[in-house]
Amino acid sequence: MSSNENKTAEELLAQSISNPRDLTRYLQYLKIIREQELSSSVLICPFDAAINWSRANSIWPLTFGLACCAIEMMAVGADKFDLDRFGAGAFRATPRQADLMIVAGTVTYKMMPRVKKLYEQMPDPKYVMAMGACTIGGGPYCKFGYHVVKGIDKFIPVDIYVPGCPPRPEALIDALFKLQAKIAHDSPLENRFGVGGNG
Amino acid sequence: MEFTQLWDKLNKRFPERLTLATESGDKQIQVKVDDLIAVVDYIKNDSALAFNFLRLISAVDTGKEFSCVYHFYSYQHAHGLILTVSLNRANPTLPSLSSRYATADWLERECYDMMGFNFLEHPELRRILLPHDWDGYPLRKDYQQPAEYHGTKH
Repeated sequence: MSSNENKTAEELLAQSISNPRDLTRYLQYLKIIREQELSSSVLICPFDAAINWSRANSIWPLTFGLACCAIEMMAVGADKFDLDRFGAGAFRATPRQADLMIVAGTVTYKMMPRVKKLYEQMPDPKYVMAMGACTIGGGPYCKFGYHVVKGIDKFIPVDIYVPGCPPRPEALIDALFKLQAKIAHDSPLENRFGVGGNG
Repeated sequence: MEFTQLWDKLNKRFPERLTLATESGDKQIQVKVDDLIAVVDYIKNDSALAFNFLRLISAVDTGKEFSCVYHFYSYQHAHGLILTVSLNRANPTLPSLSSRYATADWLERECYDMMGFNFLEHPELRRILLPHDWDGYPLRKDYQQPAEYHGTKH
């Protein structure tokens, strides 16, 4: 055994091939290879960082459009802009599977309880993007629109505001980056168990 | 049929009951509320007129009075006709056309929703666009917006 200690893995492999009945050299070769693989395939990082990284890169939005902004949102989801490049292309048809609610379009008072219910049906952690002037503050309906909610933050919390009428697809992609940056600074361990982070 | 021919024919059938109104651009015939059903029955069933399609019903608030505007069209003769009805602002009541034209059902519900017109003998006169518990009729000139709806302030 001691004569094998200073040999490289390649030398050990060559010797074990030329002498198939001697398993000692082959086992030695396996031991060296395993140590090399471990050192190159194990990553040590904070748990929060790993969770946040996976969450930020697999944001599933809710399939949900209310007015003209939804046309731009569909364009972002389609091949020309392709939100799936950033892991957010899986538009879910049920709030139970969605992480992100892109409120794209005018929210009327008649629609308000429905939007609120959809938001409440989404599992935590969940994020809301207010896309376009109407959802931010009523937009062109701000002064005389008796039927339009003057900003969805009057009834649900909003993480990202995307101004525009409607916003360009690039603006929505930029908003997604902002949301990813926000998720990257989240503390899922602390939120769930009250440990980790600064606490 | 040209409008002048239409007007002559209708004026002969309902003498001194109709008024010609041309000042607003489109040539219109003003009908009294009590005559509306008789006039509509006539223009729908007369073979030379045959207005078999009710294009739209719209409601107008001039500030002094309401008026209800009916646009008719005949696919058979490819001619159109506009009837208007003036309504009392305190009590805008008029007969429903939903038994004559099926499309009048939702059009009249919209007029009720936005202006508060009361269409008599309508099968289901309730709001069509706004929430069922909405206060007031928002397209009226004197509409006051409520301060809040279900706890959300305007």
